[in-house]
Amino acid sequence: MEQEICREKIAGIEFRMLSPEMIKKMAVVKITSSELYDADGYPTEGGLMDPRMGSIDPALRCRTCGGSINDCPGHFGYIELAYPVIHVEYVPLIYNFLRCTCRKCGRILMSDEECEKWKAKILKAESKIRRKYIVGQIINKLKNVKKCPHCHTIQEKIKLEKPSTFYEGNKQLTPIDVRERLEKVPDQDCILLGLDPNVGRPEWAVLTLLPIPPPSMRPTITLETGQRSEDDLTHKLSDIIRNNERLYENLNAGAPEVIIEDLWELLQYHVTTYFNNTIAQIPVARHRSGRPLKTLAQRIRGKDGIFRKHLAGKRVNFCARTVISPDPFIGIDEVGVPLEIAMELTVPERVNELNIEQMKKYIENAENYPCALYVVTPDNKRKRVTKETKELILKELAPGYIVERQLQDGDIVLFNRQPSLHKISIIAHRVKVLPYRSFRINVCATIPYNADFDGDEMNLHVPQTEEARAEAEILMSVRQHILTPRYGLPIIGCIQDYVLGCYLLTQPDTLVEEDEAQKILYFMGIYDMPEPDVKKDGKRYYSGKLLFSCSLPKVNYEDKNLSCRKCEKCKLEKCEYGAYVKIRNGKLISGCIDAKLIAPEKGFLIQKIVNDLGMKEAYDFIQKVSMLGILFLQYHGSSIYISDTDLPPEAIKEIKEEIRRGVEKVDRLIEIYRKGELEAYPGKTLEETFELMAMMELNRTRNKVAQIVEKYISSPNIPTLQMARSGARGSLSNLASMAACVGQQNLRGLRIRRGYKERTLPHFERGDLSAAARGFITHGYKAGLTPIEFFFHSIVGRDSVMDTSLRTPRSGYLQRRLVNALQDLKVSYDLSVRDSENKIVQFIYGEDGLDPTFHKIVEGVINELRAST
Amino acid sequence: MNLELPPKILEEINRICEEKKLGKEEKEKIIANVRKAWESCLITPGVAIGVVAAQSIGEPGTQLTMRTKLTSGVGEITITLGLPRLIEILDAKKEPSTPTMQIYLKKEYRNAEDAKRVAKKLLEITCKNIADEITIDLIEKRIEILLNLKKMKALGVRFDEVNAALRNLLKAFKIRKKENWIILTPKRRRIGVKELYDAKNFVENLHIKGIHGIKQVLPIKERDEWIIKTSGSNLKDVLKLKEVDPTRTITNDIFEVARVLGIEAARNMIVEEIERTLSEQGVVVDIRHILLIADLMCWSGRIRGVTRYGITGEKASVLTRASFEIPLHHLVEASIFNEIDEFRSIIPNVIANQPIPIGTGIPKLIYGVSEDGGNRGAKEK
Repeated sequence: MEQEICREKIAGIEFRMLSPEMIKKMAVVKITSSELYDADGYPTEGGLMDPRMGSIDPALRCRTCGGSINDCPGHFGYIELAYPVIHVEYVPLIYNFLRCTCRKCGRILMSDEECEKWKAKILKAESKIRRKYIVGQIINKLKNVKKCPHCHTIQEKIKLEKPSTFYEGNKQLTPIDVRERLEKVPDQDCILLGLDPNVGRPEWAVLTLLPIPPPSMRPTITLETGQRSEDDLTHKLSDIIRNNERLYENLNAGAPEVIIEDLWELLQYHVTTYFNNTIAQIPVARHRSGRPLKTLAQRIRGKDGIFRKHLAGKRVNFCARTVISPDPFIGIDEVGVPLEIAMELTVPERVNELNIEQMKKYIENAENYPCALYVVTPDNKRKRVTKETKELILKELAPGYIVERQLQDGDIVLFNRQPSLHKISIIAHRVKVLPYRSFRINVCATIPYNADFDGDEMNLHVPQTEEARAEAEILMSVRQHILTPRYGLPIIGCIQDYVLGCYLLTQPDTLVEEDEAQKILYFMGIYDMPEPDVKKDGKRYYSGKLLFSCSLPKVNYEDKNLSCRKCEKCKLEKCEYGAYVKIRNGKLISGCIDAKLIAPEKGFLIQKIVNDLGMKEAYDFIQKVSMLGILFLQYHGSSIYISDTDLPPEAIKEIKEEIRRGVEKVDRLIEIYRKGELEAYPGKTLEETFELMAMMELNRTRNKVAQIVEKYISSPNIPTLQMARSGARGSLSNLASMAACVGQQNLRGLRIRRGYKERTLPHFERGDLSAAARGFITHGYKAGLTPIEFFFHSIVGRDSVMDTSLRTPRSGYLQRRLVNALQDLKVSYDLSVRDSENKIVQFIYGEDGLDPTFHKIVEGVINELRAST
Repeated sequence: MNLELPPKILEEINRICEEKKLGKEEKEKIIANVRKAWESCLITPGVAIGVVAAQSIGEPGTQLTMRTKLTSGVGEITITLGLPRLIEILDAKKEPSTPTMQIYLKKEYRNAEDAKRVAKKLLEITCKNIADEITIDLIEKRIEILLNLKKMKALGVRFDEVNAALRNLLKAFKIRKKENWIILTPKRRRIGVKELYDAKNFVENLHIKGIHGIKQVLPIKERDEWIIKTSGSNLKDVLKLKEVDPTRTITNDIFEVARVLGIEAARNMIVEEIERTLSEQGVVVDIRHILLIADLMCWSGRIRGVTRYGITGEKASVLTRASFEIPLHHLVEASIFNEIDEFRSIIPNVIANQPIPIGTGIPKLIYGVSEDGGNRGAKEK
């Protein structure tokens, strides 16, 4: 499809009130009949479906402009109201005008000198917002003025009875009275109340004519049964017209005033609900079925209103959505696209001398993958490519044509997962067409999306223009988003298996057989293999460190990893825990690699590589190291067993003893507390002090238990422990929970105390403060919890679930508000931050002009300076 | 463009150079080096940094707790934390739900005794705090206050202080003391029951001593220094005390800071409060994002919240406002004030399917394309 070059731009939209003349001028027909269709089922002339207002029947053309359903936007009609009616949305305006102008002469209740003063102020106002504020001041000043300074009439108080009835004293003002008064207000006074007389008059807020929107705005739905179903607006409009007719008839017949008034009020009601059906104090207009009508205001308002649903939110073509699944063997910046999807989505390519042969091949290949689906000629005709048409198309194909070919390997696409909370929720990937029906992504790329594979679905979009593809590739690719703009640390890195693999690989004694190592290196894309560095029993081995060094670019790095025990004197390279990581010139010299170096949101090694060598090297490193980690883990094997949590009998004894001691200590505390011998901490009550001490004691017990567990499961070959130590997943505390003791259950930072009167469960005596009665769990998960412990555990579990489910909508709304408030801010060429009106918010962004994504680079340079001699 | 290295970085370099005793030449070289690195890390013009900031603060919102209160001290000093506090700051609520102050003392008063003494002085004491009973004698038409001498002693209130407070603020009554009772008889003979009730309520909350609004005080030792934490806040009056260090004493009521110390202080306050709220929960956000939000909130000279009435409500673009919340209101108002949306904001351009004026939408072609495909020369803008 040839896209028309759009040469004109909308430069602005001006908002005004509609004058009666304007309503008449923009209307093509005066609606007089409440009949929609005549006996033959054709729209009646002068009815609400008058064909002059534009056709909604694909078979008919518009009687006004001759356009078909697609190119006639519809034309307005109007009706003449028998009596004027107040426009509800303008009630505040009318109220202000009635209060602030003389009841008799119509002048504003302000002396001429003052008028001039305020007028000057208004005209000087630099923005409409300022003007609104000044007008607000004027209204506040005038609304209680008792005497007109011009004609000296005493002013009676005007009251507004919501929604739209006005009283002067006790006398009701009819819309006719209101309109008369508003007409009296001279132009020069209008501006003082905010209304520019050049574009609006207050009396226009009282309607004498009502514009009728065209049927295209309220299309009829024809059901399969052939029955027609009208739009809510049409229903409401026909109510108005019917009522208006009756009012006319009664007026002409000279009906008694009571009847006229009733009809008039009813007309007011219908017009009011036509504009807004959610006005307080008046009954909601309903459909015959009892469903409230969706009238004009409801169409605009809210999440499903026109603004958020259709104007600020757009729907697109060329997209796909399916379940995601992991694939460690595709690149981090790739996305596996199912063949079925690749065959459906297209990329337009403009034919030129250089690619015409390739394009011809696509057409030749019609109905096989990869082929062209459509060809667009320079005069904008779309032709479908099939086996039958391909010969013809091939013959005419020439530069300037556009070929829409199927998606294939290497195309740039955008990949997204909701909720799109930050900009890295949409990243550009390269396509890799794969069999089966799910999108495949590399596990390293899940973190920015916050995706997992328990049934998550993701969306894919294919950019359709050269510019879009260029922007996607340069600004949105995975390579550009290794660092998060939130704080400048890597967001893409190795997790779980990858980390564990690298950890195991870089243990001091790890050796990999030559052929196995070479397989791994081959997968990493390293064909230039180093010589194996270890010989044992006549076989050649690669040491883990050498293998890891293969993934490293030429970087220097020195730091302690997670295994560091913070010894008083660091033994540096000779650390027996392998905690001192030293990399010289791309060679791992000492220490083992763990989460602190390569995991996302920590990733100090990745960070260092970005700083020193740039994004590309960092990307390559992550790619290689993740491949290395997972392949080594595959070769090495790792799996957790229930026996990981087995403890020798003496350990169990020791743990039991420790727990007994802890519980006893709490009992003793209770005694002291009961006797009143406890000394309160400064600023705490006695009870708080006791609770705090009990909690501290129990936490200490639990930590001690964890230490005992670690002591007895000290064989480092237990996979659960390896996982915890490498930072891949889980912690020592988790292990202790399984093996020995779950520990204290905290509810909002305190021990559990809610439940029955003075006790948590009926199993305890009233006022029991012991460890067991306040949610201390002495068993481990493996041994199993007692019913009471289980109950306490569930309390805490439930609380955290509630917390999460209440938090999500709150933080979602905060996010929406923040984005709406800040969306117009941008950095100018002088690095100042400005809003859409070009007003300066910051003179230099962030006070130093640094990009938060990369600011750590400068930090790094300075740190290096400090370290260097 | 010629930008100066930010002073903070220069300072750092100077310090390093001094430590290492480097010569002028070497220093120049270092500066040039740092400058190169700095320039390579500058923010790219056009970047929609507002959206990035909004997302950077909004996205970790899901990680914050809802757990609102942290009790720290004598029962009642609580502080709102986590998501509710963040929302409170960004909403620019007129008063925080839990106002607190941290009062630092001048050097000579930084000891336990003085801190306790000052704390006593700060605490607001009302009649209710020292009375066991405040009753109305309907027959005699008078109000009777039964003082609790123990409490009075503990709070350091003398009788004449009570007397003075009553005399100054309750002109319409005669004051008489009978043992532990204070009896208030109206000077006017005829007095309605309702008036009497009002007077009683007034007496109950009658301020006797201390600083208005300070409901709890807690002298506490923090980092080798005695400070006073309070619940309730009254910066203006607290700063007047001679023992108080006015340079460090702070409240968490942002509007109060703006009133007493000015908008710049309020802006710093917002930055600090957001930063603290986030880091308390272990959420890391670059300071630049927080600075930007605080600047936008305070830049008009008033504190504006991130709400429909605040920042968004005061945008120039009608459609931007309307597409956020309460669209009807904005459209009607726009028609009255004859507002013009000039399509300089993002939303209107999205609505009209036009390129948005941000990021890659900013640069324009100098050469326009004419109807026949040739160029029609340079466009003005």
